[in-house]
Amino acid sequence: MQRFAILPKKDLDVFISALAQSQKVVAPVARGFDNFSFAEVSSGGEIALKYIPTILPPKKYFLPIQETITSYNKRENALNAILEYEKMVIFGVHTCDLAGIQCLNMVFADKPKDINYIIRKNKIAIIGLECNDYCDEYASCHVVGNHLPNGGYDLFFTDLGDVFIVHINTMLGDELVNKTAVFKPADAKTLKALESLRQMKHSIFKDEVNVKHEELKLLFDRSLNSKVWEDLNKRCVACGNCTNVCPTCYCFDIIDEPNLDLNTGVRYRRWDSCQNEPFAKVAGNENFRKERSQRQRHRYMRKFKYPVDKYSRYFCTGCGRCSRTCMASIKLKETINDLAKETK
Amino acid sequence: MKRIELKESEYIVAPAKILEARMMTAQEKYFKITLEGGTSLDHEPGQFVMVSLLGIGEAPISISSSPTKRSYFELVVRNVGKVTNALHKMEAGDSLGIRGPFGRGFPVQILEGNDLLFVAGGLGVVPLRSLINFVIDNRRDFGKVHILLGCKKPADLLFANEIKEWGKRLDVNFNCTVDKADPDWKGNIGLITSLIPGVNLNPKRTFAVVVGPPIMYKFVLIEILKKEIPQKQIYVSLERHMKCGVGKCGHCQIAQYYCCKDGPVFSYDQIKGNVEAL
Repeated sequence: MQRFAILPKKDLDVFISALAQSQKVVAPVARGFDNFSFAEVSSGGEIALKYIPTILPPKKYFLPIQETITSYNKRENALNAILEYEKMVIFGVHTCDLAGIQCLNMVFADKPKDINYIIRKNKIAIIGLECNDYCDEYASCHVVGNHLPNGGYDLFFTDLGDVFIVHINTMLGDELVNKTAVFKPADAKTLKALESLRQMKHSIFKDEVNVKHEELKLLFDRSLNSKVWEDLNKRCVACGNCTNVCPTCYCFDIIDEPNLDLNTGVRYRRWDSCQNEPFAKVAGNENFRKERSQRQRHRYMRKFKYPVDKYSRYFCTGCGRCSRTCMASIKLKETINDLAKETK
Repeated sequence: MKRIELKESEYIVAPAKILEARMMTAQEKYFKITLEGGTSLDHEPGQFVMVSLLGIGEAPISISSSPTKRSYFELVVRNVGKVTNALHKMEAGDSLGIRGPFGRGFPVQILEGNDLLFVAGGLGVVPLRSLINFVIDNRRDFGKVHILLGCKKPADLLFANEIKEWGKRLDVNFNCTVDKADPDWKGNIGLITSLIPGVNLNPKRTFAVVVGPPIMYKFVLIEILKKEIPQKQIYVSLERHMKCGVGKCGHCQIAQYYCCKDGPVFSYDQIKGNVEAL
C-alpha cells in the first residue's frame, strides 16, 4: 500500500526550517537569469520551486568534484584510506536527476564496490519534486522514460496548487515527515488530483526525438561509423562542459598532492572528462580517441549503448544539460535525429 | 564535512620493498619486488599491479614474472611519465606501494593441453613472460610451444639471457627478429609478421597469444588469421592507462569493457567488433 501525505504549500518553510535545524539541507536556488544550482538553504523561501535543471546535477554531493581518498606520510611509509561525507537532505530533485543518481548507484555498487560512494550515499536523504510540465526545449525526459517518478527517493513532492502531495517511499522519509506536525494524511480528493495530473502529463510529454525508447539502443548500435560524428568533429571544441554537467558521467582522475612539508599529503580523485584530448592516451603517446569525433561518439555511446549492454538501462536521463551548456550548440536531440535520418 | 579513516578501501596499498633493481636497456629498468611480511602477490599470468609512489602517483604496470615464483614478483618499467621516471631513480632496499593484482590474465586452464603460439613485440614480452615462464615451469601440461619475439634493434632486447635459454630448449620452437640489426646480430631481420608464415602448426589445437604495442596487433592478427587459427583461440593483451584499476574511472574503457577489469587479456573473438579496441 502506497503512503501519501499532504503538505500545505504555506507550511513548506516550516518543514525546511525544521530540517535545517538538525542537518544540512540543499535545494535548487536561483542564480540569475535561467540559472539554478543546488546549494545549502535554511528556509523554504530560498528555494526555487520552479526551476530548469541546475548547472551541476546533484551528483556533486554523491561524487564530489574533488574527493580525498587517501592520506599519506612518506617518512613513515604510511597510507590511510579516507572517507569524506556529510549528512544532508537534498530537496527538490527532479525525476531526471533521480534517474541520474540511480545510474551512479548501479555503477558504484558494481563489484568491487566503491565504499566511499556507498557510505556517502547512505548519509543523504533525497526528496524528489515532480515536473508538471517541460522545463524547456532541451529536455528529452519522455523518450528515456524519466518524466514520471521511478523511485530512488525517500519522499516525493508533487505540486498541486495550494498543497504538495507527498509520496512516502522509505522509513527515512517517514522520519522526515514526522519531524514536524505540518503534514496531514492524504485525502481521496488530493489523491484524485494527483491521478489526473499524471493523466494530463501523458498528453504534455511526448517523445522528443524521432526514435522510440526501445529503438534508441538499436540506433546507436548501427551508428558506430556514422557521418554525424564527423560533423560533431568540426563543431566540438573539446571543452568538457557536457560531461561535467551530465548527471551520469562519473569518470575521474587520481592525483597526488603533497603538503608544503613535502612529507605528508593526500591522494584525491577529481572529475575528469573523456572529451579531453589526453583522456585515452597511453605510454608511447598512442591515443585511442585522438579525434573529437571519436570522443563525442564515446560520450553518446556511454549514454545509449554501453550501459544498456551492461546495466540494461539508458544512462541519458533526458535532463538536457549537455545541450544547454554546449558552447558549440551541439544538441542531443538534434544528434539523435540526425543519426536516425542517416540510418533510416 | 566529516572525515574518517576507512579500514577497507580499494585505494589502500600494500607496502612492498625492492629486492633488486637494474637497467635492462637504455629505457627499461628491471625490478624484483617483495610484499612486506612475505605475503605472496598471488597473481595470474597477464595481470597487472598499480605501483604507488607517495606524493607522486600511481601507474599500471604488467607483472612480468610467473606466479610459480611465489616469494617475489618482477616488473620491467619503461621511463615514460612522472611515476615511471621516479621509479627509475629507485634502487634495491627502497619502499613502494602495490595495489592489485588486477584484471583478467591469460586463461591458463583453457590453454592447458593445447599447442601455443606466443607472439611478442617490443615491450609485449614483459607481460607475456609471466605466461611463457609459467608454461615452461609446467611444461608437461602443454603441447607444442612456439615463441616469436620481435623488437626494434638488438639493444632493445629484454631478458636477453633468459631468452637465450628459451632458444636452447628442445621443447620450445623459438624465433626472434629485429627491425634493424647491428653488426653483431646473427638472427633474423624484419618485422615480427615475417616470422609467422614459417611456423608449422596445427590450427585446430593451437592457441595464439599476442602482446605488443597497439600498432602491431593489426598486422600480426592478419598473419595469424591466415594460419586459420579460430578467432576464439587468439588472445591479446591490450594496453590502456588505468587510473583506478577497479572499473570505475573510465580511462581504460574499450566499448562496454573496462580494460582493467574485463581485460587486459581479451579473446580476439570478444574484442574484434569494437571500435577503438585494436
